[in-house]
Amino acid sequence: MPASHDVVVIGGGGAGLRAAIAIAETDPRLNVAIISKVYPMRSHTVSAEGGAAAVAGADDSLDEHTYDTVSGGDWLCDQDAVEAFVQEAPRELLRLEHWGCPWSRQADGRIAVRAFGGMKKMRTWFAADKTGFHLLHTLFQTALSYRDIVRYDEWFVSTLLVDDGKVRGVVAIELASGRVETITANAVVMSTGGCGRVYPFTTNASIKTGDGMALAYRAGAPLKDMEFVQYHPTGLPFTGILITEAARAEGGRLLNKDGYRYLQDYDLGKPEPVPVARSMELGPRDRLSQAFVHELDKGRTTPTPHGPVVHLDLRHLGAELIDSKLPFVRELCLKYQNLDPVTELIPVRPVVHYMMGGIHTDIHGATGLDGLYAAGEVACVSINGANRLGSNSLPELLVFGARAGRAAAEYAAATAGTGPGAAVVAQARDEQRRLERLVAHHAEGRERIADIRTAMQDTMESGAGIYRDRESLAKAAETLLHLRERYGRAAVGDHSRTFNTDLIALLELGCMLDVSTSIVHSALSRGESRGAHQRTDFPARDDERYLAHSLIHHEPDGTGRVEYLPVTITRWAPGERVYGRQ
Amino acid sequence: MPENDRITLRVARYRPEQEMEPTWQSYEVPLRKEWTVLDGLNHVKDHLDGTLSYRWSCRMGICGSCGMTVNGEPQLTCSAFLTDFAPGPVRVEPLANFPVVRDLVVEIDDFMNKLTEVKPWIIRAEDKPLDEGEFPQTPEEMDAYKQYSMCINCMLCYAACPVYALDPDFVGPAAIALAQRYNLDSRDEGSADRRDVLSSAAGVWACTLVGECTTACPKGVDPAGAIQRYKLTAATRSLKDLLWPWGQR
Repeated sequence: MPASHDVVVIGGGGAGLRAAIAIAETDPRLNVAIISKVYPMRSHTVSAEGGAAAVAGADDSLDEHTYDTVSGGDWLCDQDAVEAFVQEAPRELLRLEHWGCPWSRQADGRIAVRAFGGMKKMRTWFAADKTGFHLLHTLFQTALSYRDIVRYDEWFVSTLLVDDGKVRGVVAIELASGRVETITANAVVMSTGGCGRVYPFTTNASIKTGDGMALAYRAGAPLKDMEFVQYHPTGLPFTGILITEAARAEGGRLLNKDGYRYLQDYDLGKPEPVPVARSMELGPRDRLSQAFVHELDKGRTTPTPHGPVVHLDLRHLGAELIDSKLPFVRELCLKYQNLDPVTELIPVRPVVHYMMGGIHTDIHGATGLDGLYAAGEVACVSINGANRLGSNSLPELLVFGARAGRAAAEYAAATAGTGPGAAVVAQARDEQRRLERLVAHHAEGRERIADIRTAMQDTMESGAGIYRDRESLAKAAETLLHLRERYGRAAVGDHSRTFNTDLIALLELGCMLDVSTSIVHSALSRGESRGAHQRTDFPARDDERYLAHSLIHHEPDGTGRVEYLPVTITRWAPGERVYGRQ
Repeated sequence: MPENDRITLRVARYRPEQEMEPTWQSYEVPLRKEWTVLDGLNHVKDHLDGTLSYRWSCRMGICGSCGMTVNGEPQLTCSAFLTDFAPGPVRVEPLANFPVVRDLVVEIDDFMNKLTEVKPWIIRAEDKPLDEGEFPQTPEEMDAYKQYSMCINCMLCYAACPVYALDPDFVGPAAIALAQRYNLDSRDEGSADRRDVLSSAAGVWACTLVGECTTACPKGVDPAGAIQRYKLTAATRSLKDLLWPWGQR
């Protein structure tokens, strides 16, 4: 007898937990389960540092947050989605406050806000520089009060079950026992986060292998805007650990090897002693990461054993401010870089951080497949367009986690009583057999999983990095095809059922190969430069042809078919992105 | 240090389908100044032996996945540097006081259940409507609980706790600290709901104040302080109950 729930949420990070609570609140009769490959409080939301944007002050307005987001996204955002997002974000952050989130406060006890990149007004709520950690633990602990939410902790979903175009559940592996189980549901919410690990140098945790994107893609849901990969300008060399943008919002400066604030050379404004909104170090991430590449080309970066770097200077901020507003930055620098930012410069370089693209959803989180919803980084609504603004992703996973949860609850309630048909049962049996065959087949493999993974990551960096062109992308596509062949010969030396992380690594690599292929094909198809997608062979934005989202559909041979969907414009006609000047 | 310096990891292996007892296996890995014990394990997993199982994720000391016993001490392996153990060998074992699932992976369901028992969420007689805005909380009010909110659930404190080693019913350092995190939050009214669990024989009174939990904590949470403080609260409470049994506060 397969386990059965009304709604199954895959992924227990911020979006998944918010969705699960929304489902329980919308219809307490619904039976909700969260399936996560890690304990929910280990999810990567935990690593978010700087903050969460939502209009708070009397000097701010929803329209200004919308405009910042739309222009930051180089006009690829769907403006109806952004408007809904900015409108609902303040209540979501307030709800977190009522649930106990320790938001940093002003002296009078009210919520404090800070500046952030690309944002004209101070509207980023923060919990020092561990905002994601506090947000995740608040959500997880609050979710524990909903005693009826069932949890499958450390279960890996291997496939979605689809019958007649409708998602009806999953097959999943319990890590502890190796047991393969069918878990049916009337609705599934995908909230597995991003895929930074397809690149070699990333802020992302080891678990960010794009599983949810690949599962939905294979099941027939198109992925949207996959060519837009965000490089964060300030990662620590070697580890790729993120130094939050909040460090620059609090006044940190980026210096090249001559101690020069080089951003002034890239149409980002003039250097001022104090931070200026939408200017210099508070410019958008795409532009700052691109500026780094130009500095590198000009020979103005500093070589290190772990690649060229520029420096982030926080010294003038002083120990008191750093300890109260940026304690994690200091902790991370001391631990992983063996330096104290109070007295020393921090070496940084651009690092893959976030996926603007993801499973195509509408404003309610509905995907191209009936019964499948998605929210958070795994999804593409799109509020982020061609470049996400820092501190928009945490409110996004709350707003759209809640929306997807509510929509999934309504769908599940409306379709209640329609149990899985014979086709679903047969599919589940096929998947069980496929997994058994997979284990037997790869037991004979000769290729190391890590070798294929490293080759894939290097291919993505060289072919689909900050700057790409037809040649680099075509070569990457070819290499990926070759890597898929090698994947067929990958070795799983671990033949036990108990906590077999070798097998999970194989399944994750399979997901990453699908996701990286979709990124490369989407990037090949878009013959323009916009936001984080910079084609040196098409250096200009082309609104005539590409004011549109790419939608990539999975083809049986592993390639993808790309089509385009117009961007929704409500009130903000496409214009020039202006930073650092009026 | 020279380019080809190496260090030996002596790793506890346990494969329940193959062996009755844990065994030791040694791996030689590069000794690099940036490498943590976790980097060493990843080198083993990727290049030497794919069958070694352990948990890890963020590699920046915040997700709480990679706690293990390193040279006898509970540590986050992503924050323990190989050079600090040179010339080695470095002994890597699963966290103590938990059942071992496989190799370096332990079962933490006991903690997950206890966490729920202490009700780590805001409890209020009446919810405040969102339209009324935030609960103001001064920086001082925040300081009352902030430290306890920093717990990453990494389980190092349970592995270090001699009481938990002997009495698996002990609610334990992290769960008590998290209960206090809410008890001391000015927004919360749920301390009475947490009292039974915290004041029970398996609650704060089981603690003998060794303080190993606070020493082991990688995030400065001070669970021992949380426990001590609750003992005082509970003692005052029982005294009041004794003096005013009809329920005056």
